Amino acid sequence: MRRFRIQYNKESPLQYIGNLDLHKVWERYLRRAHIPVAYSQGFHPQPKIQQAAPLPLGFLSQNDLIDVWVEPDTWTENVFLTHLQATQQPGIQILSVSSVPLNSPSLPTLIQSSLYRVILLDPVNLSELNHRLSLLVARDSIIRSRRNKTYDLRPLIEKIELIPLQEDCVAFEMQLSAREGATGRPEEIISEMGIDPYAARYIRTGFIMRE
Amino acid sequence: MERNTLLERLERILPTVEKPGRYVGGELNQIYKEWNSVKTHVALAFPDIYDIGVPNLGLTILYHILNERPDVLAERVYLPWVDMEAAMRREGLPLYALESKTPVKQFDILGITLPYETLYTNVLNLLDLAGIPLRSSERTINDPLVIAGGHAVFNPEPIAPFFDAIVIGEGEEIILEIINAYQEWKTASSPRVNLLAELAKIEGIYIPSFYEPEYHEDGTIRSIHSLHPNASLQIKKRLVAQLPKPPTRFIVPSIGVVHNRVSVEIMRGCTRGCRFCHAGMVTRPVRERSVDEIVSAVREALDATGFEEVALLSLSSSDYTHILDLVSRVADETSEHYLTISLPSLRIESFSVKLMEKLRGSRQGGFTLAPEAATERMRNIINKPISTRQLLDTAREIYSRGWTNIKLYFMIGHPSETIADVQAIADLCKDVLAEGRKVIGKRATLHAGVSTFVPKPHTPFQWVACDTLDQIEAKQSLLKRELRGPGLKLTWNNPHETLMEAWLSRGDRRLANVIETAWRLGAKFDAWQDQFNFEIWQKAFSIHRLDPSFYTHRQRAEDEIFPWDHIFTGVRKAYLLSEYRASLLEKTQNDCRQGCFACGILPKYADLRRNHPGNHWKCPEVPRRPVKVPMEQIA
Ligand code: SF4
Repeated sequence: MRRFRIQYNKESPLQYIGNLDLHKVWERYLRRAHIPVAYSQGFHPQPKIQQAAPLPLGFLSQNDLIDVWVEPDTWTENVFLTHLQATQQPGIQILSVSSVPLNSPSLPTLIQSSLYRVILLDPVNLSELNHRLSLLVARDSIIRSRRNKTYDLRPLIEKIELIPLQEDCVAFEMQLSAREGATGRPEEIISEMGIDPYAARYIRTGFIMRE
Repeated sequence: MERNTLLERLERILPTVEKPGRYVGGELNQIYKEWNSVKTHVALAFPDIYDIGVPNLGLTILYHILNERPDVLAERVYLPWVDMEAAMRREGLPLYALESKTPVKQFDILGITLPYETLYTNVLNLLDLAGIPLRSSERTINDPLVIAGGHAVFNPEPIAPFFDAIVIGEGEEIILEIINAYQEWKTASSPRVNLLAELAKIEGIYIPSFYEPEYHEDGTIRSIHSLHPNASLQIKKRLVAQLPKPPTRFIVPSIGVVHNRVSVEIMRGCTRGCRFCHAGMVTRPVRERSVDEIVSAVREALDATGFEEVALLSLSSSDYTHILDLVSRVADETSEHYLTISLPSLRIESFSVKLMEKLRGSRQGGFTLAPEAATERMRNIINKPISTRQLLDTAREIYSRGWTNIKLYFMIGHPSETIADVQAIADLCKDVLAEGRKVIGKRATLHAGVSTFVPKPHTPFQWVACDTLDQIEAKQSLLKRELRGPGLKLTWNNPHETLMEAWLSRGDRRLANVIETAWRLGAKFDAWQDQFNFEIWQKAFSIHRLDPSFYTHRQRAEDEIFPWDHIFTGVRKAYLLSEYRASLLEKTQNDCRQGCFACGILPKYADLRRNHPGNHWKCPEVPRRPVKVPMEQIA
């Protein structure tokens, strides 16, 4: 058995599907590509694949990762990549395939932080927005509640920056904690600044991984 | 609305609704063509949500046939769920097709499939969301041609005014003839009625506005008048002599839908002749695909989709001539990747257990059998003769071969059914479970799925009354009382939904007003338990001074003219009547594979049969016509 890590972009229209659905999309993609994926043991054998980190519905993602175990030891990165590229899957663009030691830690445990770009759909007043951002970062704590649990959003914001685009449009670049039980969500930051979180396009652009 | 504005508004709406993946298209195997690269644009609609509509095989077939033509594009349309509908109405978004996001109103042709009657209010909602006038009479040259097809339209009358044209029968060939007629009409740029007049000449096309029913005092039909020279008094169903190559490049939805699988129709039609069965009567004759064709379609489709399940579809799998060979070969084809195969409608016999054993993963789902009735008398009446002994033997075998759950389908409300026949259902279920207990003890379970019979047009039971609410409730409460306890599960239909299905099934043209009023009062998604509203329908009936029980609970006279009598399925009314009479005498009829008894198909389609000899079509061969040579040539 060998383990491979695929780096890919999740593009439109796949931002509108959830993680379970994305899992199925991958299963079928790998099957169409005739990749000899390994299956789990047991009564209901499941293909052995593992996504890096769940992505909220509506988000695009770049440099996303997924691990796939294949049965034959003879498979190489190149063979894997050729198979994937010869098969189409709308909304998934393959960037690279690398081999990973079978015993290396599981992909989700390696993720420390996620990077996001949030593009606001409506034109803004730049100086006003800068002001709101500076107020936000100046706060010691930002208590919010998610699923009836309160938590502090502030320590989850590792970096945040406002990027002017053309014609009064802006984007935020953020680095948010993505450790287990401490995951920052960009739409909460957007709404904390008094902006309609639905009037924005969200792209997770990558991960910061533990060594 | 401009396409770009629509896309911009969608981007804001989609994150706010449930399952936004329903509304974006772009799935694997979707066919996208540039709008201006083709002459004719067809929107194919399933009048329910994406999740139900995508797996529909009929539309999948038409989608591929149409898109194969270089001068045509076909796109898909489904209804938005209530949350999305509210958002669309709020934002003024029109209903659009998934591939190009073009508003439905801009298409040339809108084809709506109606596999069952409970979709009728959805049709009106669909037209309204698209901004198309509800009634054919109100449409102009700027509206698409609105056509319907599917099993429900064998009685087109309740929805007649809403459609410009209705396709009776199989769509594979006729759809291209419709396109041709449309293209010719469009170049001539003549009035809309000219298009309808041309379409009326095509065999299998019904133009509702060319007909007018006349009623007796008592509300039954006196006659149906043709109002146009091209409108023939009988619309004969279209059928294809040989099933064309099945579609294989199925659209693979990126979200979960009701059936996520490759579906291959192995055979169309059924020769069993169960008297309650609408599909069995209207899809005659039986035509089979060859094992080779099916196996290669399965292979191609799995390659193109990556689906984890294959369904081999037919009304009666056991009757497919080479079923064992087929199942073994499909099982080989899918042996990799733990794929599952589903095989519906198996006969109650041990051979079925042998078939299912060849199918990997089949034990997880439970074993389904459909005895439909529990006493010999009832089974003779409905013409589904199997013995209780055989059922119990088969059940024991199923339990002893590794299945722990058996699902039995029954129907209550068959003609002349008594409470004793219903008690027999409960007793039989317990007997079956007892067989299971003998072999595997407490692990054995039984699920009784008991639906309520709705008399359907074009069947031998089209004359009979549907059970009343009281009758249904009495029967259901007996079952609920009897069928409980460990290992037993019972499911049943909401009796109000049964009644709605009953009046829509055998309705006449006057029901169109009721349907429209019900929709205006808020009825939609009637097939959804949580959306269906019986009171609205009662109100709509009373507004139009019609009595639902006229349609549901009335026993019809043998010589009554039915609202659907001018639609001809190929099976003669006289034959249906003889079958109905046989049911009263509790006499059964053989499977017609064992001997044709002239249901009407063969004489009506004799030329078609003659021109397509061979084993795929299960009616007897029709010999070539002797060539008549004029006497003087012989001399
Ligand atoms: S014509 Fe004869 S063989 Fe054909 S479907 Fe009718 S009864 Fe059966």
